[in-house]
Amino acid sequence: MNQRSENGFGRLEALARSIRQSVIRSLAEAGSGHLGGSMSSADILTALYFSVIKHHPAEPTWPGRDRFILSIGHIAPVLYATLAEAGYFPKEELLTLRKAGSRLQGHPGRDHKLPGLELSAGSLGQGLSVAVGMAIAFRMDGLANRIYCLNGDGELQEGSVWEAAMSAAHHKLDKLCLIIDRNGLQIDGSTETVMALEPLKKKFEAFGWNTLECDGHDFRSLLSAFQKTRLETSRPSVIIAKTLMGKGIKSIEGDYRWHGKAPSKEQAEEMIKEVAK
Amino acid sequence: MAKLVNRGNKATKTGFGEGLLEAGIANGSVVAVGADITASVGVDLFASKFPSRFISLGIAEQNCVGVAAGMALAGKIPVFATYGVFSALRTTDQVRISLCYNNLHVIIGGAHAGVSVGPDGATHQALEDIAMMRVLPNMTVLSPCDATQARLAVIAAVEQCSGPVYLRFGREAMPDFTTTEMGFAIGKAQLLHHGNDLAIITTGHMTWEALRAAYELEKEGILARVLNIHTIKPLDQTALVEAARECGAIVTAEEHQVAGGLGSAVSEVISKYHPVPMEFVGMNDRFGESGPPLELMRKFGLTAENIITACRKALERKLK
Repeated sequence: MNQRSENGFGRLEALARSIRQSVIRSLAEAGSGHLGGSMSSADILTALYFSVIKHHPAEPTWPGRDRFILSIGHIAPVLYATLAEAGYFPKEELLTLRKAGSRLQGHPGRDHKLPGLELSAGSLGQGLSVAVGMAIAFRMDGLANRIYCLNGDGELQEGSVWEAAMSAAHHKLDKLCLIIDRNGLQIDGSTETVMALEPLKKKFEAFGWNTLECDGHDFRSLLSAFQKTRLETSRPSVIIAKTLMGKGIKSIEGDYRWHGKAPSKEQAEEMIKEVAK
Repeated sequence: MAKLVNRGNKATKTGFGEGLLEAGIANGSVVAVGADITASVGVDLFASKFPSRFISLGIAEQNCVGVAAGMALAGKIPVFATYGVFSALRTTDQVRISLCYNNLHVIIGGAHAGVSVGPDGATHQALEDIAMMRVLPNMTVLSPCDATQARLAVIAAVEQCSGPVYLRFGREAMPDFTTTEMGFAIGKAQLLHHGNDLAIITTGHMTWEALRAAYELEKEGILARVLNIHTIKPLDQTALVEAARECGAIVTAEEHQVAGGLGSAVSEVISKYHPVPMEFVGMNDRFGESGPPLELMRKFGLTAENIITACRKALERKLK
């Protein structure tokens, strides 16, 4: 075994490596798509689907499942790769990404009946509202399902996110957990240059949220944050996960130009070798 | 057929509120989402009867639509009502993606439709909501003609639909002339007056004006068929083509922009299957303004008299 397994998270790290390879392979095959954010969110999704959320891939509509809402629809490739890794559908199908007739739409579409997909999304700033609605409805019915919603950081510039944030705190939705992929970059450059988000933690605190920060590429840090959200009984929780756009591929890490780009097949081969290490 | 009479003026928003309460009593999955103006849009009846099934979200309509979508995904049948200028127009992107693309059974109530809103003026008079909502895939668009029909429309939207519904209603007390026995079948045009000389195709408050016009024309021996289109989408194409074929001329009447509204919807069908001369009564590419409701209806040409004028023009073109 390599060194990484010594920290006790070897299984998750191996899964994340496999998911990253799938993402690169599917994007290269598609010829377009969003690599940067898919790589920065890969560890978050790995933690969620293989350690945090309750779900049965063999029974995708199991009513008792926790719900995962991907609000940041353009990182669909990493959601698809994670769902395939978890067994919702065969990994070979990942190579149909963005192609005509595929269940793997460029941005997630429920009308294509992909098992495990909870929401069609792609217009930014809408997922948290949907997550709030789910949390309210489950509470009305006395159900304990937890709701996890992943937002990009640039997405927080949409005003509707803050309408949703206000309502989640007002209604004390303690089963709701928002994760922010804080990679600090968006299409035009740094979030702080395009439209500053900081002080982000203070903003959520002021909105009445249980606010946590973690290293979005360290499973100990991620799982500890998720564990803390379970202890919360009167507020929604937000985990601001510090990440690197393009994480795992040195040549593109932190480079905003890879936000919405797919690698060529030659580049992909090198990238796959690198993330497999 | 029996002449319909006004049993007394009543606002369609009152009918909406009564229907929501009834639907809520009959079906425990019905929940309501409020954006501050609960009483003004008739949702207060439901909210006070079922406080645990009503959720207040404040003046944040975009969030309201998303929350309703989430509740639908969790098995509820949410009803979100506010003024149509907000529920249909401010939130169009949320309605398009969170509701329509996900094809969720959520009922969006659009209150304060048309210039009959009155003194609040242009900002609060929904005149483009039908146009925006009817072009969205998966959406059903309902536009009841009076309070009784508005009540039936909510119940039908809950019981007969499985995807998103936009239900439009008005503020001002207007003639209440249809009956519960007439029922509400989504997607079916409602024949209110027989005639083969021409057809008046109408929706919402203008239906009463269309009937008044038909009764007046009847005195001159002109028999106008009156079709109430309470379902703008899916449109009853069969009834429309039949009207074009049997009557040979059509007048549409609506309290909405002619562009994109009922007039456009009807002409899309007629021009394809059976072109006949058409005249359009409605708002002509302008905003409303403040004033007493009936005075505004007159000012903007939304009365029986305007429909009669349009009918004469259509008949003239038919006979040429």
